[in-house]
Amino acid sequence: MMKKYFGVSVSLFLVLLVWACSSDTDEGVDPPPTAPTFNRVTLLTNWADNIIIPSYQSFTDTFATFETSFQIFSQERTQGNFDAVRSAWEAAYRSWQHVSMFEIGPAEQNGLRLNVNTFPADVLLIEDQIAGGTYDFTLSSTRDSKGFAALDYLFNGPEDALASFTNATTGDGRITYTSDVILDIGTRVNEVLAAWESQFRDSFIASDGSSSTSSVDRMTNDYIFYFERFLRAGKMGIPAGVFTGEVAPNTLEAFYQEGLGNALFQEGLDAVQDFFNGVRFNGGANDVGFDDYLRTITGGDELAQSINNQMNMARTEVNALDSFLSEIENNDPPVAMLEAYGEVQRLVPLIKTDMFSLLSIDVDFVDADGD
Amino acid sequence: MHKLKLFSQEPVEAAPLAVFRILFGILMLWSMLRFWSYGWIEKLYIAPKFHFSFYGFEWVKPLGLWTYGLFFVCGLSAILITLGFKYRLAMLTFFLSFTYIELMDKTTYLNHYYFVSILSFLLLFLPANAYFSLDAKYDKSKRFKYVPKWNIDVLKLLLALVYIYAGLAKLNSDWLLQAMPLKIWLASKTDVPLMGSLMGKAWVPYVFSWFGALYDLTIPFLLLYKPTRWLAFFLVAVFHIMTSVLFNIGMFPYIMIFSTLIFFDAGFHHKLLDFLSKTFRWDTSVFDAKATLREKHNTLTILKYGIVSLFFAVQLLLPWRYLTYPGELFWTEEGYRFSWRVMLMEKAGYAQFKIVNKASGKWFYVDNSEFLTPFQEKQMAFQPDFILEYAHFLRDHFAKEGQDTIEIYVESYVTLNGRRSTEFIDPKVNLLEQRESFKHKKWVRPFKDDIKGI
Repeated sequence: MMKKYFGVSVSLFLVLLVWACSSDTDEGVDPPPTAPTFNRVTLLTNWADNIIIPSYQSFTDTFATFETSFQIFSQERTQGNFDAVRSAWEAAYRSWQHVSMFEIGPAEQNGLRLNVNTFPADVLLIEDQIAGGTYDFTLSSTRDSKGFAALDYLFNGPEDALASFTNATTGDGRITYTSDVILDIGTRVNEVLAAWESQFRDSFIASDGSSSTSSVDRMTNDYIFYFERFLRAGKMGIPAGVFTGEVAPNTLEAFYQEGLGNALFQEGLDAVQDFFNGVRFNGGANDVGFDDYLRTITGGDELAQSINNQMNMARTEVNALDSFLSEIENNDPPVAMLEAYGEVQRLVPLIKTDMFSLLSIDVDFVDADGD
Repeated sequence: MHKLKLFSQEPVEAAPLAVFRILFGILMLWSMLRFWSYGWIEKLYIAPKFHFSFYGFEWVKPLGLWTYGLFFVCGLSAILITLGFKYRLAMLTFFLSFTYIELMDKTTYLNHYYFVSILSFLLLFLPANAYFSLDAKYDKSKRFKYVPKWNIDVLKLLLALVYIYAGLAKLNSDWLLQAMPLKIWLASKTDVPLMGSLMGKAWVPYVFSWFGALYDLTIPFLLLYKPTRWLAFFLVAVFHIMTSVLFNIGMFPYIMIFSTLIFFDAGFHHKLLDFLSKTFRWDTSVFDAKATLREKHNTLTILKYGIVSLFFAVQLLLPWRYLTYPGELFWTEEGYRFSWRVMLMEKAGYAQFKIVNKASGKWFYVDNSEFLTPFQEKQMAFQPDFILEYAHFLRDHFAKEGQDTIEIYVESYVTLNGRRSTEFIDPKVNLLEQRESFKHKKWVRPFKDDIKGI
C-alpha cells in the first residue's frame, strides 16, 4: 500500500520535473522577448571601456590643458593669459560633469566628488588660508575651500580677479594657493583613472551578479543617487529653495560666473542620458545601456522610451530658462525654474521606482531579510 | 470532555514536541545571534530617528542601547527553551521580548517574524518540556512520556494554515497568468549556482509560480498522509532551499524545514533524541518512565482550551479581513499583513512630501533621507499607513521648528508587479486632516488595473 502511493507520488513528481525541463520549445508559452537573458558582462564592459574610462581620460586631458594654461598665467599674469585660464577652467568644469556620477570603486574610496566639487565655496576660509599660507587639503574640513567651487571664486569672485593675482604683496600667495587647489584635483582624478585602468576595470566587470553588492546594482544605485542628489537637488533644487521654501542663490554651482550653472546642469543631464542609453563617450555610438537591459523585460521598452522622452522634456524646459541666478533673484518664488525642476523631478520615480523594479534592483543596499 | 472533542486526549508520545522545542530554541538563538552580528540592531532600531508603529502599539519603541538587552534576553530565553529549563517562564519571556522587538518598527515586518511570534504564543500552552528537558529531569511531576494528542495536532494545524493560506493567496491572475513577480525576480538571477542558466527562460517563472502554488496548497496533506510523508519532506527541503538560494529571506526556510518534522512519527524523533543523548553522553533513561500527562478538569484547563480555540479562530479569519475593504488588496494593502501573503508583489514607490505654510502660502519639499533610513523610505513609499504616519511625524517635527500652521501633501507613484507607476495618494489631500484607523483610506487612488482571484 505504502509503496504503491509512494511510487505514484514519485512518478508524479518526476513527470513534473521532466515537463519542467523539457518544455524548452517556444510553443505554448509567451514568446521570449528579444534577448531572453541579458548579458550583464556586455553592459559592464561597455560602461567601463567605452564610457567611464574614456570620460575620465577626457577629463584628465582637459584638466591638463587647464593646468598648463594656469602655469603660463602664473609666469606671465596678463589679461590674455587670464582669459585663457578662465576658459580652460570652464572646459574642465564642464568635462567634470561627465565623470561626477561615477562615484564607485576608486572614486568612492577617494571621496572624489566631495573633494573636487563641493559648493558653495567658503570664501572666508579661502581668504584666511591664502593669508595664513597654511592649509591641509587632506582634511575634510577644507573641502569647501578647494575644488572647482574655490577656483570659481578665485577666478570670478573678486571685483577685479586679475588684480588680486597681480597684487605685489598678496598675488604670489594667491597663485600658490590656486595651483595647490589645481594640484589636489589633478592628483585625485589621476589616481582614480589609474586605478580604473590598472585593476578596477577587471573587478568591476567580473562582479556581474545580481546581488546588491554586484556592479550593476551598485552602479545603478550610484547613478540614481547622483541624479537625485547632485543633478536635481544640488544644481537646481537647493538654490531654488525646493527643500526649504527659501531661495538660496549663493548655493548655485559656479555661482560667480553667471549662467555657467545652467551649462553645467545641461552637461550633467547629457552625461546621465548618454549613460542611460549606453552611448560611447568617444564617437557617440549607441551601445549597450539601461535601455537595452530594460528592453529584455516586458514593458521595459515603453519605459525606456518614457525615460528618454522625459529627459528630453527636462532638457528643453531647463534650456528655456534665463541664467539660474537671474531666475532666482528676479522671481519670488522662481516659478519658471520650479516648473523646470518639476520636469527633472519627474524622472526620479521613472528611474527609481519603475526602472529599479523592472530590473529587480534594490534601492540602496538595504541589508535586511525579506519574505 | 466529550463536548471538547477538538482537544483529543488520546495519549501520544511527547518526543516530537521535545524535538520541536529543541530545534525552535536553537533556531531562535541562531536568529538572534545572526541579527546581532550583522549589526542590524544598531542599523534598524537604534540609528533611525523615527520608527513606524503598528496601529495601537505606538507605545512600543526601541529602548536605545537597552535594545541590545532586549535581544540578549530574547536569546537567553531561547537557550532556556532549548534546554527545557523553566520552560513556561522562558517561553513567556521569549514571546514577549520577540513580539516587542517585532512591534518596535513595522518597517521590518516579515510574515515569518509574525509566524515566530504566534508560534511562541501557542507553545506557551503546550507541555513541550515534558520530555527530554531539564525541567523533566529534575522534577518528576513535570516528567511525561505521553501527552494528550491535541498538543501535537495544534502545531500541525498551524503549519497547515500557514501553507494553505500562502497557497490561496497565490491564486490570482498576476501570479498564475503573468508569473509576476517571479518573472521580474528570476530574470536577474542568472548568476545563481546550478539553476542560473535556466533563469532567463520565459517559461521558468510560470513553472515556478504554478509549482509554488501547488506546493503550498498540497504540502500539508502530503505531510499528514504517511505514505507521502518522506516525499513531502523532500519537497519541503527542496522548495525552501531553492527559495533561500534565490531570495534574501534569512532564517525562514530553515524554520519551515525544521518545523515540518513535527509531522513525523515518534520513532523518528526518538532516533534524533537518541543521537543527541549519545553525542553528548547524557543519561536519558529517566525520561522513559512511561508517565502520561492527563489534563485536569478544571477552570484553568477550560481557559486554556478557550484561548487556544480563540487563537485558531483568529488565525482562520484574519486573512479574510481584506474582503471588508473596497479596492485592490495589493494596491491599498488594507488587510494585507498577518495573512501569509508571501512574495506576491514586486512593489516600489516614490513619495515626495510637500509642506505648505498656510499663512504665507510658501511651500517646500521634504528630503526624506533627513529623517528615514533608505530601508524605511523604501517601505514607506508604497504603504498608505506608513505615508500617513510619516506625514504626522513631519508635522510634529516642523511644528517644533515654528512652522505651526502647516499642511502636508504627498506626491507619490507606485509600481506593482511590473506595471508602470501611477499616482498612489491623492495629492490634494492634506494628510494632517487624516487619522489612522481600520477604516478604508479614501485618499488612496484607485488601482488602475484589475487583478483577479482570491
